Amino acid sequence: MDLIAQNISHRYDDTAVLSDISFSLGAGEIVAIIGPSGCGKSTLLRFLGGLERPTEGAVYVEGEPPAGSLNPITFVFQDFALLPWRTAEGNVRLVLEDHPLSAGERNEIVADVLARTKLSDFAGAWPRQLSGGMKQRVAIARALSVNPAVMLMDEPLSALDSQTRELLMDDLVDLWGRERFSACYVTHNLAEAVRLGHRILVLSRRPGQIKDVVEIDIPLPERENHAAELAPIERRLWTMMREEARAADRELIDA
Amino acid sequence: MLERAPDAATTKARREVPFRGAGFQNKRIWLAGPIVFIALLGFWELGSRTGVISPIALPAPSEAMGALSDLVETGMLWRHLEASLTRLVAGWTIGTVCGIAVGLSIGLFSLARAGLAPLVSALFPIPKIALLPLFIIWFGIGEGSKIATIAFGTFFPTVIATYGGVDNVDRTLIRMGQSFGLPWRSVVRKIILPGALPSILSGARISASIAIILLVAAEMIGAEYGLGAYILMAGSLFALDQLIAGVAMLSIIGLCVGWLIGRAECRLLDYRT
Repeated sequence: MDLIAQNISHRYDDTAVLSDISFSLGAGEIVAIIGPSGCGKSTLLRFLGGLERPTEGAVYVEGEPPAGSLNPITFVFQDFALLPWRTAEGNVRLVLEDHPLSAGERNEIVADVLARTKLSDFAGAWPRQLSGGMKQRVAIARALSVNPAVMLMDEPLSALDSQTRELLMDDLVDLWGRERFSACYVTHNLAEAVRLGHRILVLSRRPGQIKDVVEIDIPLPERENHAAELAPIERRLWTMMREEARAADRELIDA
Repeated sequence: MLERAPDAATTKARREVPFRGAGFQNKRIWLAGPIVFIALLGFWELGSRTGVISPIALPAPSEAMGALSDLVETGMLWRHLEASLTRLVAGWTIGTVCGIAVGLSIGLFSLARAGLAPLVSALFPIPKIALLPLFIIWFGIGEGSKIATIAFGTFFPTVIATYGGVDNVDRTLIRMGQSFGLPWRSVVRKIILPGALPSILSGARISASIAIILLVAAEMIGAEYGLGAYILMAGSLFALDQLIAGVAMLSIIGLCVGWLIGRAECRLLDYRT
Protein backbone atom coordinates (compact mmCIF):
# COMPACT_ATOMS: atom_id res chain seq x y z
CA MET A 1 0.00 0.00 0.00
CA ASP A 2 1.42 3.39 -1.01
CA LEU A 3 0.64 6.68 0.65
CA ILE A 4 0.58 9.70 -1.63
CA ALA A 5 0.49 13.35 -0.65
CA GLN A 6 -0.58 15.56 -3.51
CA ASN A 7 -0.08 19.33 -3.62
CA ILE A 8 -0.76 19.87 0.04
CA SER A 9 -1.01 23.47 1.18
CA HIS A 10 -2.33 24.68 4.46
CA ARG A 11 -2.97 27.95 6.21
CA TYR A 12 -4.22 28.88 9.66
CA ASP A 13 -6.13 32.14 9.25
CA ASP A 14 -3.58 34.35 7.50
CA THR A 15 -0.46 32.31 8.16
CA ALA A 16 0.58 29.92 5.43
CA VAL A 17 1.94 26.80 7.12
CA LEU A 18 2.63 24.42 4.26
CA SER A 19 2.89 25.12 0.59
CA ASP A 20 2.49 22.66 -2.25
CA ILE A 21 3.95 19.49 -0.81
CA SER A 22 3.86 16.32 -2.88
CA PHE A 23 5.59 13.03 -2.25
CA SER A 24 4.82 9.36 -2.04
CA LEU A 25 5.73 6.66 0.40
CA GLY A 26 6.23 3.14 -0.98
CA ALA A 27 5.91 -0.17 0.80
CA GLY A 28 8.76 -0.93 3.16
CA GLU A 29 10.21 2.53 2.80
CA ILE A 30 11.08 4.97 5.58
CA VAL A 31 10.84 8.62 4.65
CA ALA A 32 12.29 11.01 7.19
CA ILE A 33 10.97 14.55 7.24
CA ILE A 34 13.23 17.18 8.76
CA GLY A 35 12.86 20.89 9.03
CA PRO A 36 13.25 23.81 11.43
CA SER A 37 10.78 24.15 14.28
CA GLY A 38 7.42 25.55 13.27
CA CYS A 39 7.75 24.47 9.63
CA GLY A 40 4.62 22.34 9.81
CA LYS A 41 6.17 18.86 9.84
CA SER A 42 3.83 17.55 12.51
CA THR A 43 0.85 19.18 10.78
CA LEU A 44 1.84 17.42 7.58
CA LEU A 45 1.91 14.11 9.44
CA ARG A 46 -1.58 14.71 10.80
CA PHE A 47 -2.81 15.28 7.25
CA LEU A 48 -1.21 12.02 6.18
CA GLY A 49 -3.03 10.17 8.95
CA GLY A 50 -6.38 11.87 8.38
CA LEU A 51 -6.46 13.62 11.75
CA GLU A 52 -6.67 17.04 10.12
CA ARG A 53 -7.63 18.32 6.67
CA PRO A 54 -5.36 20.54 4.55
CA THR A 55 -6.78 23.70 2.99
CA GLU A 56 -5.66 22.49 -0.42
CA GLY A 57 -4.52 19.19 -1.85
CA ALA A 58 -5.26 15.71 -0.60
CA VAL A 59 -3.72 12.52 0.68
CA TYR A 60 -4.41 9.26 -1.14
CA VAL A 61 -3.66 5.60 -0.56
CA GLU A 62 -3.00 3.34 -3.49
CA GLY A 63 -3.29 -0.43 -3.37
CA GLU A 64 -4.69 -2.64 -0.66
CA PRO A 65 -3.28 -2.82 2.86
CA PRO A 66 -1.81 -6.21 3.80
CA ALA A 67 -4.37 -8.81 4.84
CA GLY A 68 -5.06 -8.66 8.57
CA SER A 69 -4.16 -5.00 8.89
CA LEU A 70 -6.60 -3.60 11.44
CA ASN A 71 -5.53 0.02 11.14
CA PRO A 72 -3.51 0.58 7.95
CA ILE A 73 -2.29 4.06 8.91
CA THR A 74 -1.06 4.15 12.50
CA PHE A 75 0.52 6.91 14.57
CA VAL A 76 3.33 6.85 17.09
CA PHE A 77 3.25 10.06 19.11
CA GLN A 78 6.06 12.10 20.61
CA ASP A 79 4.53 12.10 24.08
CA PHE A 80 3.60 8.39 23.87
CA ALA A 81 -0.16 9.01 24.40
CA LEU A 82 -0.59 6.09 26.79
CA LEU A 83 -3.70 5.95 28.93
CA PRO A 84 -2.44 6.29 32.51
CA TRP A 85 -5.34 4.20 33.80
CA ARG A 86 -4.40 1.18 31.75
CA THR A 87 -1.41 -1.10 32.20
CA ALA A 88 1.08 -1.64 29.38
CA GLU A 89 -0.94 -4.63 28.27
CA GLY A 90 -4.23 -2.74 28.66
CA ASN A 91 -2.94 0.06 26.47
CA VAL A 92 -2.20 -2.41 23.70
CA ARG A 93 -5.55 -4.12 24.22
CA LEU A 94 -7.39 -0.81 23.88
CA VAL A 95 -6.84 -0.65 20.14
CA LEU A 96 -7.92 -4.29 19.60
CA GLU A 97 -11.11 -4.24 21.65
CA ASP A 98 -13.25 -2.73 18.92
CA HIS A 99 -12.22 -5.23 16.28
CA PRO A 100 -14.07 -8.51 15.80
CA LEU A 101 -11.39 -10.82 17.18
CA SER A 102 -11.78 -13.81 19.45
CA ALA A 103 -10.38 -13.59 22.96
CA GLY A 104 -7.73 -16.08 21.96
CA GLU A 105 -6.62 -14.09 18.92
CA ARG A 106 -6.51 -10.93 20.98
CA ASN A 107 -4.37 -12.51 23.70
CA GLU A 108 -2.08 -13.93 21.05
CA ILE A 109 -1.56 -10.53 19.38
CA VAL A 110 -0.93 -8.80 22.73
CA ALA A 111 1.57 -11.41 23.88
CA ASP A 112 3.27 -11.33 20.48
CA VAL A 113 3.77 -7.57 20.22
CA LEU A 114 4.89 -7.30 23.84
CA ALA A 115 7.47 -9.99 23.17
CA ARG A 116 8.61 -8.26 19.99
CA THR A 117 9.21 -5.02 21.87
CA LYS A 118 10.81 -6.89 24.80
CA LEU A 119 8.06 -5.86 27.18
CA SER A 120 6.68 -9.26 28.22
CA ASP A 121 7.89 -8.81 31.79
CA PHE A 122 6.22 -5.42 32.08
CA ALA A 123 2.77 -6.32 30.78
CA GLY A 124 1.14 -5.46 34.11
CA ALA A 125 3.04 -2.23 34.78
CA TRP A 126 1.29 1.15 34.92
CA PRO A 127 2.64 3.83 32.58
CA ARG A 128 3.81 5.92 35.56
CA GLN A 129 6.08 3.04 36.59
CA LEU A 130 7.79 2.93 33.19
CA SER A 131 10.70 5.05 31.99
CA GLY A 132 10.30 7.21 28.90
CA GLY A 133 11.95 4.63 26.67
CA MET A 134 9.73 1.86 27.99
CA LYS A 135 6.64 4.00 27.47
CA GLN A 136 7.56 4.60 23.86
CA ARG A 137 8.15 0.86 23.45
CA VAL A 138 4.62 0.27 24.74
CA ALA A 139 3.36 2.82 22.22
CA ILE A 140 5.29 1.04 19.45
CA ALA A 141 3.89 -2.32 20.60
CA ARG A 142 0.42 -0.80 20.44
CA ALA A 143 1.10 0.44 16.91
CA LEU A 144 2.42 -2.96 15.83
CA SER A 145 -0.59 -4.79 17.28
CA VAL A 146 -2.90 -3.41 14.58
CA ASN A 147 -0.48 -4.56 11.90
CA PRO A 148 -0.13 -1.21 10.14
CA ALA A 149 0.82 -0.74 6.51
CA VAL A 150 2.23 2.71 7.25
CA MET A 151 3.51 4.08 10.55
CA LEU A 152 3.42 7.80 11.04
CA MET A 153 5.99 8.66 13.68
CA ASP A 154 5.90 12.16 15.10
CA GLU A 155 9.28 12.79 16.73
CA PRO A 156 8.97 9.46 18.54
CA LEU A 157 12.37 9.75 20.24
CA SER A 158 12.44 13.47 21.00
CA ALA A 159 11.15 13.17 24.55
CA LEU A 160 13.87 10.67 25.47
CA ASP A 161 17.40 11.11 26.72
CA SER A 162 20.20 10.50 24.24
CA GLN A 163 21.18 7.03 25.49
CA THR A 164 17.63 5.75 25.43
CA ARG A 165 17.28 7.29 21.99
CA GLU A 166 20.25 5.29 20.69
CA LEU A 167 18.87 2.06 22.11
CA LEU A 168 15.42 2.64 20.72
CA MET A 169 16.85 3.56 17.33
CA ASP A 170 18.64 0.20 17.27
CA ASP A 171 15.35 -1.44 18.20
CA LEU A 172 13.56 0.32 15.36
CA VAL A 173 16.23 -0.77 12.87
CA ASP A 174 15.93 -4.37 14.11
CA LEU A 175 12.19 -4.17 13.89
CA TRP A 176 12.32 -2.83 10.34
CA GLY A 177 14.69 -5.68 9.45
CA ARG A 178 12.02 -8.15 10.50
CA GLU A 179 8.78 -6.42 9.57
CA ARG A 180 9.68 -4.12 6.65
CA PHE A 181 7.04 -1.63 7.68
CA SER A 182 6.87 1.64 5.82
CA ALA A 183 7.04 4.79 7.85
CA CYS A 184 6.98 8.51 7.69
CA TYR A 185 9.36 9.69 10.38
CA VAL A 186 9.18 13.32 11.44
CA THR A 187 12.14 14.54 13.42
CA HIS A 188 14.32 17.55 14.03
CA ASN A 189 17.25 15.31 14.86
CA LEU A 190 19.49 14.89 11.81
CA ALA A 191 21.28 11.84 13.25
CA GLU A 192 17.95 10.02 13.51
CA ALA A 193 17.07 11.03 9.98
CA VAL A 194 20.27 9.68 8.41
CA ARG A 195 20.11 6.56 10.56
CA LEU A 196 16.52 5.58 9.74
CA GLY A 197 15.55 7.31 6.51
CA HIS A 198 15.75 5.77 3.07
CA ARG A 199 14.79 9.16 1.82
CA ILE A 200 15.02 12.43 3.69
CA LEU A 201 12.71 15.31 2.84
CA VAL A 202 14.12 18.64 3.92
CA LEU A 203 11.43 21.22 4.56
CA SER A 204 12.06 24.94 4.49
CA ARG A 205 10.90 27.27 7.22
CA ARG A 206 7.28 28.45 7.27
CA PRO A 207 5.53 28.13 4.90
CA GLY A 208 7.06 24.65 4.65
CA GLN A 209 8.11 23.56 1.19
CA ILE A 210 10.18 20.59 0.13
CA LYS A 211 13.61 22.14 -0.23
CA ASP A 212 15.51 19.00 -1.07
CA VAL A 213 15.23 15.22 -1.11
CA VAL A 214 18.26 13.23 -0.03
CA GLU A 215 18.40 9.51 -0.73
CA ILE A 216 20.68 7.21 1.23
CA ASP A 217 21.47 3.87 -0.37
CA ILE A 218 23.18 2.18 2.57
CA PRO A 219 20.83 -0.52 3.97
CA LEU A 220 19.50 0.35 7.43
CA PRO A 221 21.09 -2.50 9.40
CA GLU A 222 24.55 -1.65 8.02
CA ARG A 223 24.44 2.05 8.70
CA GLU A 224 25.96 1.70 12.13
CA ASN A 225 29.23 0.67 10.47
CA HIS A 226 29.15 3.39 7.85
CA ALA A 227 29.49 6.38 10.10
CA ALA A 228 32.14 7.80 7.75
CA GLU A 229 29.72 7.91 4.81
CA LEU A 230 26.82 9.19 6.87
CA ALA A 231 28.69 12.03 8.53
CA PRO A 232 29.03 14.12 5.33
CA ILE A 233 25.32 13.63 4.56
CA GLU A 234 24.42 14.80 8.03
CA ARG A 235 26.70 17.80 7.59
CA ARG A 236 25.15 18.60 4.23
CA LEU A 237 21.68 18.44 5.77
CA TRP A 238 22.79 20.75 8.53
CA THR A 239 24.24 23.36 6.15
CA MET A 240 20.95 23.18 4.28
CA MET A 241 18.97 23.63 7.43
CA ARG A 242 21.15 26.08 9.31
CA GLU A 243 20.04 29.14 7.40
CA GLU A 244 16.41 28.04 7.59
CA ALA A 245 16.66 27.35 11.30
CA ARG A 246 18.30 30.67 11.94
CA ALA A 247 15.69 32.52 9.92
CA ALA A 248 12.88 30.59 11.62
CA ASP A 249 14.36 31.51 14.97
CA ARG A 250 14.43 35.20 14.06
CA GLU A 251 10.88 35.01 12.73
CA LEU A 252 9.62 33.76 16.06
CA ILE A 253 11.23 36.72 17.80
CA ASP A 254 9.78 39.20 15.30
CA ALA A 255 6.29 37.73 15.52
CA MET B 1 43.48 18.17 46.86
CA LEU B 2 39.93 17.53 47.90
CA GLU B 3 40.78 16.19 51.31
CA ARG B 4 42.60 19.23 52.50
CA ALA B 5 42.85 19.59 56.24
CA PRO B 6 41.16 22.76 57.44
CA ASP B 7 43.78 25.37 58.06
CA ALA B 8 43.28 28.72 59.64
CA ALA B 9 42.27 30.43 56.42
CA THR B 10 39.58 27.90 55.43
CA THR B 11 38.06 27.32 58.88
CA LYS B 12 37.45 30.99 59.11
CA ALA B 13 35.52 31.05 55.87
CA ARG B 14 33.75 27.67 56.07
CA ARG B 15 30.09 27.48 57.02
CA GLU B 16 27.51 24.88 56.31
CA VAL B 17 25.02 25.85 53.64
CA PRO B 18 21.81 26.54 55.57
CA PHE B 19 18.95 24.10 54.86
CA ARG B 20 16.09 26.02 53.28
CA GLY B 21 13.98 23.27 51.78
CA ALA B 22 11.76 22.51 54.80
CA GLY B 23 7.98 22.65 54.85
CA PHE B 24 5.34 22.83 52.13
CA GLN B 25 5.02 19.06 52.11
CA ASN B 26 2.13 17.07 53.47
CA LYS B 27 3.14 14.32 55.81
CA ARG B 28 0.69 11.76 57.12
CA ILE B 29 0.23 12.10 60.84
CA TRP B 30 -2.34 9.57 61.92
CA LEU B 31 -2.94 10.33 65.57
CA ALA B 32 -3.22 14.11 65.44
CA GLY B 33 -6.84 14.18 64.24
CA PRO B 34 -8.28 11.85 66.90
CA ILE B 35 -6.18 13.51 69.63
CA VAL B 36 -7.51 16.98 68.79
CA PHE B 37 -11.02 15.57 68.72
CA ILE B 38 -10.73 13.74 72.04
CA ALA B 39 -8.96 16.67 73.71
CA LEU B 40 -11.73 19.03 72.65
CA LEU B 41 -14.40 16.69 74.00
CA GLY B 42 -12.38 16.29 77.21
CA PHE B 43 -12.14 20.04 77.80
CA TRP B 44 -15.83 20.44 77.02
CA GLU B 45 -16.78 17.71 79.51
CA LEU B 46 -14.42 19.16 82.12
CA GLY B 47 -15.85 22.63 81.58
CA SER B 48 -19.40 21.35 82.02
CA ARG B 49 -18.58 19.37 85.16
CA THR B 50 -16.77 22.23 86.84
CA GLY B 51 -19.53 24.67 85.93
CA VAL B 52 -17.43 26.86 83.64
CA ILE B 53 -19.82 26.01 80.81
CA SER B 54 -23.41 26.52 81.90
CA PRO B 55 -25.69 23.52 81.15
CA ILE B 56 -28.22 25.98 79.71
CA ALA B 57 -25.71 27.22 77.15
CA LEU B 58 -24.26 23.86 76.16
CA PRO B 59 -24.99 20.38 77.53
CA ALA B 60 -22.04 18.18 78.43
CA PRO B 61 -20.93 15.58 75.90
CA SER B 62 -21.90 12.88 78.37
CA GLU B 63 -25.48 14.19 78.36
CA ALA B 64 -25.56 14.13 74.59
CA MET B 65 -24.24 10.56 74.76
CA GLY B 66 -27.07 9.82 77.16
CA ALA B 67 -29.60 11.18 74.67
CA LEU B 68 -27.99 9.11 71.97
CA SER B 69 -28.13 5.92 74.02
CA ASP B 70 -31.80 6.63 74.74
CA LEU B 71 -32.31 6.75 71.00
CA VAL B 72 -30.52 3.44 70.59
CA GLU B 73 -32.47 1.77 73.39
CA THR B 74 -35.87 2.87 72.16
CA GLY B 75 -34.90 1.81 68.65
CA MET B 76 -35.78 5.26 67.34
CA LEU B 77 -32.23 5.86 66.09
CA TRP B 78 -32.62 3.22 63.39
CA ARG B 79 -35.99 4.63 62.35
CA HIS B 80 -34.53 8.14 61.97
CA LEU B 81 -31.37 6.89 60.32
CA GLU B 82 -33.28 4.68 57.92
CA ALA B 83 -35.55 7.51 56.84
CA SER B 84 -32.65 9.94 56.43
CA LEU B 85 -30.29 7.56 54.66
CA THR B 86 -33.01 6.47 52.23
CA ARG B 87 -33.63 10.08 51.24
CA LEU B 88 -29.95 10.85 51.11
CA VAL B 89 -29.07 7.86 48.93
CA ALA B 90 -32.06 8.30 46.62
CA GLY B 91 -31.60 12.06 46.19
CA TRP B 92 -27.84 11.92 45.82
CA THR B 93 -27.99 9.05 43.33
CA ILE B 94 -30.59 10.75 41.14
CA GLY B 95 -28.74 14.07 41.28
CA THR B 96 -25.36 12.52 40.56
CA VAL B 97 -26.49 10.28 37.71
CA CYS B 98 -28.39 13.09 35.99
CA GLY B 99 -25.53 15.49 36.73
CA ILE B 100 -22.94 13.23 35.14
CA ALA B 101 -25.18 12.72 32.09
CA VAL B 102 -25.79 16.43 31.59
CA GLY B 103 -22.16 17.30 32.40
CA LEU B 104 -20.95 14.77 29.83
CA SER B 105 -23.21 16.15 27.13
CA ILE B 106 -22.06 19.70 27.90
CA GLY B 107 -18.48 18.46 27.69
CA LEU B 108 -19.02 16.56 24.45
CA PHE B 109 -21.49 18.56 22.37
CA SER B 110 -21.05 22.21 21.48
CA LEU B 111 -24.81 22.70 21.19
CA ALA B 112 -25.42 21.34 24.69
CA ARG B 113 -22.64 23.56 26.02
CA ALA B 114 -24.01 26.67 24.36
CA GLY B 115 -27.54 25.91 25.53
CA LEU B 116 -27.10 24.42 28.98
CA ALA B 117 -23.89 25.80 30.50
CA PRO B 118 -25.34 29.31 31.08
CA LEU B 119 -28.49 27.75 32.53
CA VAL B 120 -26.42 25.70 34.97
CA SER B 121 -24.48 28.80 36.00
CA ALA B 122 -27.74 30.65 36.55
CA LEU B 123 -29.42 27.94 38.60
CA PHE B 124 -26.44 26.67 40.62
CA PRO B 125 -26.29 29.61 43.08
CA ILE B 126 -30.01 29.47 43.94
CA PRO B 127 -30.35 27.99 47.44
CA LYS B 128 -32.47 24.92 46.88
CA ILE B 129 -33.99 25.36 50.34
CA ALA B 130 -35.68 28.48 49.05
CA LEU B 131 -37.39 26.37 46.42
CA LEU B 132 -38.68 23.83 48.92
CA PRO B 133 -42.26 25.16 48.82
CA LEU B 134 -42.18 24.78 45.04
CA PHE B 135 -40.90 21.24 45.33
CA ILE B 136 -43.68 20.47 47.80
CA ILE B 137 -46.26 21.63 45.26
CA TRP B 138 -44.58 19.72 42.43
CA PHE B 139 -43.59 16.52 44.18
CA GLY B 140 -45.92 16.37 47.18
CA ILE B 141 -45.31 16.85 50.87
CA GLY B 142 -44.09 13.27 51.26
CA GLU B 143 -40.78 11.76 50.17
CA GLY B 144 -40.89 13.31 46.71
CA SER B 145 -40.14 16.89 47.69
CA LYS B 146 -37.36 15.85 50.08
CA ILE B 147 -35.63 13.65 47.54
CA ALA B 148 -36.08 16.32 44.86
CA THR B 149 -34.43 18.97 47.06
CA ILE B 150 -31.39 16.76 47.60
CA ALA B 151 -31.31 15.70 43.95
CA PHE B 152 -31.40 19.30 42.70
CA GLY B 153 -28.76 20.32 45.20
CA THR B 154 -26.33 17.61 44.10
CA PHE B 155 -27.13 17.89 40.40
CA PHE B 156 -25.48 21.24 39.71
CA PRO B 157 -22.08 20.74 41.35
CA THR B 158 -21.89 17.34 39.64
CA VAL B 159 -22.62 18.89 36.23
CA ILE B 160 -19.88 21.46 36.71
CA ALA B 161 -17.34 18.93 38.01
CA THR B 162 -18.11 16.57 35.14
CA TYR B 163 -17.77 18.96 32.26
CA GLY B 164 -14.73 20.54 33.88
CA GLY B 165 -13.25 17.04 34.00
CA VAL B 166 -14.12 16.36 30.36
CA ASP B 167 -12.53 19.66 29.33
CA ASN B 168 -9.35 18.68 31.10
CA VAL B 169 -8.92 15.30 29.41
CA ASP B 170 -5.64 15.31 27.51
CA ARG B 171 -6.48 16.06 23.86
CA THR B 172 -3.58 13.96 22.61
CA LEU B 173 -5.19 10.89 24.17
CA ILE B 174 -8.41 11.59 22.26
CA ARG B 175 -6.39 12.11 19.08
CA MET B 176 -4.63 8.84 19.76
CA GLY B 177 -7.97 7.02 20.08
CA GLN B 178 -9.17 8.54 16.81
CA SER B 179 -5.92 7.67 15.05
CA PHE B 180 -6.47 4.02 15.92
CA GLY B 181 -9.97 4.19 14.51
CA LEU B 182 -11.74 3.78 17.85
CA PRO B 183 -15.49 4.33 17.45
CA TRP B 184 -16.99 7.39 19.14
CA ARG B 185 -18.55 5.47 22.01
CA SER B 186 -15.23 3.80 22.81
CA VAL B 187 -13.42 7.14 22.85
CA VAL B 188 -16.03 8.40 25.33
CA ARG B 189 -16.15 5.28 27.49
CA LYS B 190 -12.48 4.35 27.53
CA ILE B 191 -10.71 7.70 27.25
CA ILE B 192 -12.95 10.63 28.18
CA LEU B 193 -14.87 9.11 31.10
CA PRO B 194 -11.84 7.66 32.91
CA GLY B 195 -9.99 10.91 32.23
CA ALA B 196 -12.78 12.94 33.81
CA LEU B 197 -13.21 10.55 36.73
CA PRO B 198 -10.85 12.28 39.21
CA SER B 199 -12.79 15.50 38.76
CA ILE B 200 -16.16 13.71 38.99
CA LEU B 201 -15.08 12.08 42.25
CA SER B 202 -13.95 15.31 43.83
CA GLY B 203 -17.28 16.76 42.73
CA ALA B 204 -18.98 13.85 44.49
CA ARG B 205 -17.23 14.82 47.72
CA ILE B 206 -18.70 18.29 47.53
CA SER B 207 -22.15 17.17 46.42
CA ALA B 208 -22.33 14.63 49.27
CA SER B 209 -21.80 17.38 51.83
CA ILE B 210 -24.39 19.54 50.11
CA ALA B 211 -26.78 16.57 50.19
CA ILE B 212 -26.43 16.23 53.97
CA ILE B 213 -27.03 19.94 54.49
CA LEU B 214 -30.13 19.84 52.31
CA LEU B 215 -31.36 16.66 53.98
CA VAL B 216 -31.82 18.44 57.28
CA ALA B 217 -33.49 21.41 55.62
CA ALA B 218 -35.88 19.17 53.70
CA GLU B 219 -36.75 17.10 56.76
CA MET B 220 -37.68 20.17 58.73
CA ILE B 221 -40.93 20.35 56.79
CA GLY B 222 -43.48 17.59 57.10
CA ALA B 223 -41.25 14.73 58.12
CA GLU B 224 -42.18 12.40 60.95
CA TYR B 225 -38.89 10.53 61.03
CA GLY B 226 -35.39 11.48 60.01
CA LEU B 227 -32.44 13.14 61.69
CA GLY B 228 -33.57 16.56 60.49
CA ALA B 229 -37.01 16.10 62.02
CA TYR B 230 -35.43 14.85 65.23
CA ILE B 231 -33.08 17.84 65.43
CA LEU B 232 -35.92 20.26 64.69
CA MET B 233 -38.09 18.70 67.39
CA ALA B 234 -35.24 18.76 69.91
CA GLY B 235 -34.55 22.37 69.00
CA SER B 236 -38.11 23.51 69.46
CA LEU B 237 -38.22 21.80 72.88
CA PHE B 238 -34.81 23.24 73.75
CA ALA B 239 -33.67 19.68 74.46
CA LEU B 240 -30.09 20.61 73.76
CA ASP B 241 -28.67 17.21 74.62
CA GLN B 242 -30.84 15.64 71.92
CA LEU B 243 -29.96 18.41 69.50
CA ILE B 244 -26.24 17.77 69.99
CA ALA B 245 -26.81 14.02 69.65
CA GLY B 246 -28.62 14.54 66.33
CA VAL B 247 -25.98 16.89 65.00
CA ALA B 248 -23.27 14.39 66.02
CA MET B 249 -25.09 11.72 64.01
CA LEU B 250 -25.07 13.99 60.95
CA SER B 251 -21.39 14.60 61.28
CA ILE B 252 -20.81 10.85 61.60
CA ILE B 253 -22.78 10.31 58.39
CA GLY B 254 -20.62 12.96 56.75
CA LEU B 255 -17.45 11.23 57.93
CA CYS B 256 -18.69 7.87 56.65
CA VAL B 257 -19.62 9.28 53.24
CA GLY B 258 -16.25 11.00 52.98
CA TRP B 259 -14.53 7.76 53.87
CA LEU B 260 -16.56 5.82 51.30
CA ILE B 261 -15.65 8.29 48.57
CA GLY B 262 -12.02 8.07 49.67
CA ARG B 263 -12.22 4.28 49.28
CA ALA B 264 -13.79 4.71 45.85
CA GLU B 265 -10.95 7.03 44.86
CA CYS B 266 -8.36 4.50 46.00
CA ARG B 267 -10.13 1.80 44.02
CA LEU B 268 -10.88 3.67 40.83
CA LEU B 269 -7.76 5.82 40.68
CA ASP B 270 -5.30 3.15 41.81
CA TYR B 271 -3.15 3.83 38.74
CA ARG B 272 -2.07 7.18 40.16
CA THR B 273 0.06 6.09 43.09
